[in-house]
Amino acid sequence: MSEANASATRITPGNALRPEDIALLDTKPADAVAQYALWLGDDALILAQRLGWWISRAPELEEDVALANIALDQIGHARSFLTYAGRAWDRTEDDLAYFRREPEFRSVHLVEQPNGDFARTIARQFVVALYQWELYSRLVHSSDPTLAAIAAKAVKEVDYHRDHSIQWVLRLGQGTEESRRRMVAGLSLTWPYVEELFADHPLVDELGDAGVRPSSLREPFDAAVQAVLAEAELEVPQVPGSVGGGRLGRHSEHLGYILAELQVLAREYPGASW
Amino acid sequence: MTTTAIDARSREDHDAAGKRQFDELIAQDSRIEPRDWMPADYRKSLTRQISQHAHSEIIGMQPEANWITRAPSLKRKAVLMAKVQDEAGHGLYLYSAAETLGTPRDRMTEDLIAGKARYSSIFNYPVLTWADIGAIGWLVDGAAICNQVPLCRASYGPYGRAMVRICKEESFHQRQGFEILLELANGTPEQRAMAQDAVNRWYAPSLMMFGPPDEDSPNSQQSMLWNIKRFSNDELRSRFVGMMVEQVRVLGLELPDKDVRFNEETGRWEHGPLDWNEFKEVLAGRGPCNAQRMERRREAHEDGAWVREAAAAYAEKQALKHAQAA
Repeated sequence: MSEANASATRITPGNALRPEDIALLDTKPADAVAQYALWLGDDALILAQRLGWWISRAPELEEDVALANIALDQIGHARSFLTYAGRAWDRTEDDLAYFRREPEFRSVHLVEQPNGDFARTIARQFVVALYQWELYSRLVHSSDPTLAAIAAKAVKEVDYHRDHSIQWVLRLGQGTEESRRRMVAGLSLTWPYVEELFADHPLVDELGDAGVRPSSLREPFDAAVQAVLAEAELEVPQVPGSVGGGRLGRHSEHLGYILAELQVLAREYPGASW
Repeated sequence: MTTTAIDARSREDHDAAGKRQFDELIAQDSRIEPRDWMPADYRKSLTRQISQHAHSEIIGMQPEANWITRAPSLKRKAVLMAKVQDEAGHGLYLYSAAETLGTPRDRMTEDLIAGKARYSSIFNYPVLTWADIGAIGWLVDGAAICNQVPLCRASYGPYGRAMVRICKEESFHQRQGFEILLELANGTPEQRAMAQDAVNRWYAPSLMMFGPPDEDSPNSQQSMLWNIKRFSNDELRSRFVGMMVEQVRVLGLELPDKDVRFNEETGRWEHGPLDWNEFKEVLAGRGPCNAQRMERRREAHEDGAWVREAAAAYAEKQALKHAQAA
């Protein structure tokens, strides 16, 4: 194993896996693994882009710091997954982030949803963090060592995101009448996009032990959600699920605007280095 | 003799002993700590300075946050997010340092929002291009470092200690700004032009960050006697110009100032005339972005009120629950 290759599996603090290490890997992921890495990378990227808006607008300075931290972690995960995916097609993380069009993105509709008020952001964060934690805590056993290494770093960080969102669901759910009303509204606006997270696509069959079957995460996710909402004296919203389609490149109307902002500068100066 | 009179006399004795100790500590260039006696003016002046500094960090998040969603590479986006996050952190330590002088953070925030408190007027200039993010890091953070390194030795302990950590992080910020400009200066002709334009626009405002010329800076002298400020505005400004002259050569860009020169006689760097009228105008609220920055701060504070109320109500309910269980 080359020095660069060895570094991709280093997961100890201070020696954490970096996208720069992944870019130097000798091995290329199989196409299915690369596609799967796009799913996870795009989710993290679009979520980070949404969360980044809050920095300088949060209800408390402590929350500016917390939301920035979560966004930063997500950008880190996105960079690793996209760098790895790009190895399959000789494209860099930035080629993939800045020079793909909407239908080429694989993010789920949930992460594309608007921030809304703080409660809506927390509702989205609650769902994403619980889902990502279930996902990454299984992906650490992936037969693909790079995916496993990325997940091993990510799961530790997402554990904090989970704690952060749970603490806020409890506070907003049991705080004041207004916060409860807003939390209930935030959850109902978010819930139509939950189902898509657990949909199995044909790609999953091609992955074998490299990936995690989305449908297998539903039960533990529901149990975790139930426990928190019960403590917060809130209910799981009974709203119809939306069709989704993000994994196939069929996105919400929001993604176009998100990408317009994300990509504008890079596309204004194609070929430039920053 | 009434009790009040005794209280008043023991108060006077206490003050006299406190003042002696304070003067001694200052004379020894030692540190004043929150529980130590201090003159009312020292407390007031420090509260003003530290809270202004905290407000500057918080308002200063806005111009840079403006580019987080548009940063041209994922690495730059991550670095910029981390930088703006650091600024929120600096605001937090500084508000905490100011709180040790007796003013709660809420009051300081309210003063800022009511327009009663100031923040560094540099943040009232617009951040128009990506190169501005580089120029802010290089020039604005560079000027801030020149100003702040001596503050690590400020006589008030909590302020000095907060500044040590802040300065370490600021030096990363300056490097990232320099790196952005270096990349642009060595990039395409358009990128290079973007970098030069940003340096042209940020140079004079960053020199004015050191405050008015010494002869117009009424608070400086007292502040120096109290070992809060160590060098005069003009002294620091000249030092900063010297640093920039060297660094701009590495960038291969130019400072928009044909009068920059090293004066052999005084041993100081000199710069061209600065438009102090513009400085006063921006300080008085008539800068390009004053209204926008204040509106955004106010909006975030007001929109977040229900969240803060919910957190407080929750904490109260939890405390009650624990008390009942005990």
